[in-house]
Amino acid sequence: MQAFTTLTAIAVPMHEANIDTNQLCPTRFNKVPRGPKYREILFYDSRFRPDGTPTEFMLNAAPYDQSGIIVADRNFGCGSSRETAVYALYEFGIRCVIAPSFGDIFAANCAKNGLLALTLPEEECAAIRRQLQDKPGTKVSVDLAAQTVTDVEGKVHSFEIHEVRKRCLLEGLDDIARTQQYAAKIEGFEKGYYKDRPWLTARA
Amino acid sequence: MTGNTPQSIIGKLWDSHHILTDEGESLMYVDVALAQENTLHAFTALDKSGRKARKPQQIFAFTDHYVPTTGRAKGPAGIPDAGIRNMVIDLQDMAAKFGVTLFGMAHEQQGIMHIVPPEQGIIQPGLFVIGNDSHTSTHGAFGCLAYGVGASEFAHVMATQTLWQRKPKAMRITIDGELGFGVSAKDLILALIAKIGVDGATGHAIEYAGSTIRKLGMEGRMTVCNMSIEAGGRVGLIAPDEKTYAYVEGRPYAPKGKAWEQALDGWRALASDDGAKFDREVALDAVQIAPTATWGITPEHALPITGVVPDPAAVKDDKKRAELETALDYMALRPGMALQDIKLDRVFIGSCTNARIEDLRAAAEVAKRGKAKITTWVVPGSMAVKRQAEVEGLDQVFIKAGFEWRDPGCSMCTAINGDYLQPGERCASTSNRNFRNRQGPGGRTHLVSPAMAAAAAIKGHLTDVRELIR
Ligand code: SF4
Repeated sequence: MQAFTTLTAIAVPMHEANIDTNQLCPTRFNKVPRGPKYREILFYDSRFRPDGTPTEFMLNAAPYDQSGIIVADRNFGCGSSRETAVYALYEFGIRCVIAPSFGDIFAANCAKNGLLALTLPEEECAAIRRQLQDKPGTKVSVDLAAQTVTDVEGKVHSFEIHEVRKRCLLEGLDDIARTQQYAAKIEGFEKGYYKDRPWLTARA
Repeated sequence: MTGNTPQSIIGKLWDSHHILTDEGESLMYVDVALAQENTLHAFTALDKSGRKARKPQQIFAFTDHYVPTTGRAKGPAGIPDAGIRNMVIDLQDMAAKFGVTLFGMAHEQQGIMHIVPPEQGIIQPGLFVIGNDSHTSTHGAFGCLAYGVGASEFAHVMATQTLWQRKPKAMRITIDGELGFGVSAKDLILALIAKIGVDGATGHAIEYAGSTIRKLGMEGRMTVCNMSIEAGGRVGLIAPDEKTYAYVEGRPYAPKGKAWEQALDGWRALASDDGAKFDREVALDAVQIAPTATWGITPEHALPITGVVPDPAAVKDDKKRAELETALDYMALRPGMALQDIKLDRVFIGSCTNARIEDLRAAAEVAKRGKAKITTWVVPGSMAVKRQAEVEGLDQVFIKAGFEWRDPGCSMCTAINGDYLQPGERCASTSNRNFRNRQGPGGRTHLVSPAMAAAAAIKGHLTDVRELIR
């Protein structure tokens, strides 16, 4: 997994609430193996007409075709658990989404793929989106170690993030390797678990 | 153990699967993991890293999202679209490679990953179930902690049989009172989501309680738990009771003989203790719930069928107004029009929300009373449901009413197998998501119960099922 430390990038404002993972990656693309093709898949049905010609959707044109950050509204990434939604963001070049709240599974999926799903209060997200609206193509900076976002006007916003999520992102740590350090504890737990639940032993 | 402190079922399930804590994150033991074709992303990642499934006998794979719902005689090889065909075949290959149990396309128990495991007795009270699908919450109906996870987390579970989680907050939703005539579990959950919002339960595990829930059969309970994710809750569960045990008993994976007695003792201790603390409590009066339909593009855009499409102009909050305008624009609806005047092109009865035998019985009860005016599909949730319906003659009821009787799968719930709406088409659907393009690019979805869907089929527009069955 690629580490996430700091990021200064063009930020695209998305004013709509409840942008679901099906918009990020329409269902029919779930069968595409992970890879660069996902750049085109991101928001496909908003970005392309049925005949395949591009629409006016923001991400299709400069400056937003170079976006690295999305500033969104509440409940971003709700809906289906598809991790392809994150692959699509990643391949497009998005490394951070800032929103007042996220779909739980989406937020977890982001963390496993080196993307930072960052929560700021609703008013602060709205304020940053307004700034971006006024000056399209300006950059926003994120510093994960310091847990800060610096907006277009240079104002610094602090954010909360869980320690583990932070460390894994900073170090680009693979989860499975982390867990395997505890192999003996897991085995010990299992023994007790099945001893107390003899009716489950048939399946274990 | 926490001594004498009263505990909720959520707390009990959490503690019994908790292995250790590392920097505030809990490593949880997973009993059962459920995969579908899209889980190929997890299998492939694992394969690439040279890892194996630690306990393959606790992992089950299902072909449901991509399988066709008609013309299946030739098996996977007969699927016309190469991309879709490969998903089905590749999952079968990966299941074999990793040694996990597969309910493949030609299996006599094939069906949707949230319908087959309960039928097989794979789901039992007290388990920690994870699935590579957000509607894994369905299994909470049995008193399980059931989480939907993405591909990376699924790969982690396969490799370690564990999952890192942070303890969710506990929320209890208590629903009391008698459901009215023509009102089903689906109406209940839609009305609840309309009340608390699509992020109303974010960060929470939900326990559904109250007399209304107790009265529901296991099918209805699964419908309710299924849509927890539409309220933002990753987990939704119901304490097991005699109905739960009666459902599980005798199924292929259920404990037998002495083990069954031991299991019952364990399961009876799961219910929330009196005085257990919840971080949030919500109450709902079942009497207030009417047959419900969605008019917009998120499940919280739901209203009693007797209602009218809301008027954005009447909404003060700028953001809310813009949201309504977007929804009405996509759905091509006029503010103020009666929901019952919304004309439809298609009806879909199916999905892990509403394709169990009870759902099909409810739909057939209505289908008896007329003929479909528009294309109407019935897609049973599993081969077992299909066979049972055929034993009961429900297939004949549907066919006589001009409904199409198809083979099991996700079908038009997610429009990934080649079944989808044409742009602009409008569908009454018993599935769980009315997001834009969910049932096909440009498709418009109205979520309803099975009985309401059958009624809509007969009328050709959204309609109040109570008028048909009165
Ligand atoms: S029926 Fe729909 S919601 Fe259920 S598992 Fe299939 S695609 Fe997902």
